[in-house]
Amino acid sequence: MKAAEGKVFEFIGCVELRQILGKKAEDEKQLLDLLEEVPLDSVYHHTHEYFLRHKYILGPYPNDFANWAAIQVRDRVLGERLGVLDPYDFASLEALRDEIIAVIDDHLTKLRMIPRVGYGEPFHFIQSRIVTVPMGITARTLEEFRGALAGVDASSIYFHAFEARMRLNRRDGDFVFWIREALGLQELADRLANTDPYMFSLEQLRARLLGLLDEALAKGGDGRGGSA
Amino acid sequence: MAVRLEDYREVAPAGTVDFLYRLSERVKGMSMLNVNSTKYGGGVAEILHRLIPMLNEVGVEARWEVIQGGGEFYACTKAFHNALQGAEQVITQKMLDAYVETNRENAKRLLLDAEVMLIHDPQPAALIDYRTVGKWIWRCHIDVSQPIRRVWNFLRQYVVKYDAAVFSLPRFAQRLPIPQFLIYPSIDPLSEKNRDLTETEVDAHLGRLKIPRDKPILLQVSRFDRFKDPVGVISAYRIVKKHNDCRLVLAGGGAADDPEGKAVLAEVQAAAGEDPDVHVLDLPPDAHLAINALQRAATIVLQKSTKEGFGLTVAEAMWKGKPVIGGAAGGITVQIIYDVTGYTVNSVEGAAFRIRHLLNSPDVREKMGQDAKEYVRQNFLITRHLRDYLTLMYAVVNGG
Repeated sequence: MKAAEGKVFEFIGCVELRQILGKKAEDEKQLLDLLEEVPLDSVYHHTHEYFLRHKYILGPYPNDFANWAAIQVRDRVLGERLGVLDPYDFASLEALRDEIIAVIDDHLTKLRMIPRVGYGEPFHFIQSRIVTVPMGITARTLEEFRGALAGVDASSIYFHAFEARMRLNRRDGDFVFWIREALGLQELADRLANTDPYMFSLEQLRARLLGLLDEALAKGGDGRGGSA
Repeated sequence: MAVRLEDYREVAPAGTVDFLYRLSERVKGMSMLNVNSTKYGGGVAEILHRLIPMLNEVGVEARWEVIQGGGEFYACTKAFHNALQGAEQVITQKMLDAYVETNRENAKRLLLDAEVMLIHDPQPAALIDYRTVGKWIWRCHIDVSQPIRRVWNFLRQYVVKYDAAVFSLPRFAQRLPIPQFLIYPSIDPLSEKNRDLTETEVDAHLGRLKIPRDKPILLQVSRFDRFKDPVGVISAYRIVKKHNDCRLVLAGGGAADDPEGKAVLAEVQAAAGEDPDVHVLDLPPDAHLAINALQRAATIVLQKSTKEGFGLTVAEAMWKGKPVIGGAAGGITVQIIYDVTGYTVNSVEGAAFRIRHLLNSPDVREKMGQDAKEYVRQNFLITRHLRDYLTLMYAVVNGG
């Protein structure tokens, strides 16, 4: 994000090209075994890029593993246990993968039979290639930023809120970083940082961010509030 | 009047058209040649008619050529089509020779000089043997998840020479030494089948089809094929009908020139019996507006398939703001988000239960319909298809 380097925030969108890995699980043990061998990019695809594919509405759970267990295998318990995983809690994708494996392993040790897809679809492992696209939209002030955020392609929200966190290692994402570092709006940055992006579709996240920005603009005009 | 990319601003998600222009900067001026086997009829031709002008609008030099062949060639490729979808076929050496020879002749006739060659389905797949330049991608639109092995092995010798393959669902993918990408098919929201209709137009079409709008309408649109389970839909309707007054419309086509379709149609008519609230319609292949009107008039749409390719009729219905109850099969499972945009079911009883639930829950129906439409807007419109093709071009040319 060039924005963090200066005063200007440049919106970047992205698009994923999905690659089929040719590995599929028909039961939860196979899912476990394959999880150990697939590239980390595939784990990322099923836990993070899920949001890029669900711009408007999320499914019952915010990752592919949980949805598959709950809907295709009809194992609600595993669906719930995987669905509540918070990717924020893990320092790396490897750690997230280990936790998913541990949850499934623990679940299976308590069962006499391995749950499998009876009538549903197997789990197909996918990985994505992300192509970034500069949107040609920039912001220098909070007001400009608010206006741009309202109309930009939703993939841009994904890129700055998710891709920046996990792949580019910017813990709070680009929006928070820029508002804190370039605009110096600490309180607003903290409020934005407290929004859990893993609980929203991209459009819901956009609406929530816009709400917080509107409150800040209404309060301080430039969004500085009293604490900048 | 020709539809232009700008026309999609009103129907695609906010920012999409601008995003497409931006993305296309990465492949601007690049040439792309699409080759398939027919200019008219079928989903591939339908989508290419719209995609090629859109690709050109964003700066790709896109062309579309159609492979030409004789009777023996088409007999062979029809048999390929059936065999790749799992039906045993008799394919003689003479037919295979015609396939190879026809591809050789077409390679001489066609200018295969684009930077990206997108070869659709098995008919022109052997053109790869005449490659001189460019990146070649085999785009498979059919369900090859359980092919007749010897036919797949014949085709595979060509597919492995490509730089990449594209399938419509992960389960269609095969063991191949080349990258396999996933691109879902799409619907065109501005086509006759999907464009907005006024209530007057909907009324007029239903009037012509002699379907009163006096009670809730359950609808399934699909050809008369046992895998679409039309008789199962009638059974579900009968369970529902005990406590919920409604009509059932089964609209299909293709029975006239398909012996199996005729037999299934007869079974469906027998199952419908004399019930005046069950309407079995054998529609011509170009009845796009009638299908559009039926989908808009429906209260709930069903696609109770037990086996399915992608099943774009689901996305078509969802685009019209309808909750869909679909069989948990093939592409239906990626279109329906369970309990959000509709329900996937595995039995007649499951379908009946969900129909009853939705008939008696207008608020749920309304919300599901809205969410269904938005889900299609984000994921299954032709603008997303264009985005995927632009990305695919970029990826294969840049080390894909």
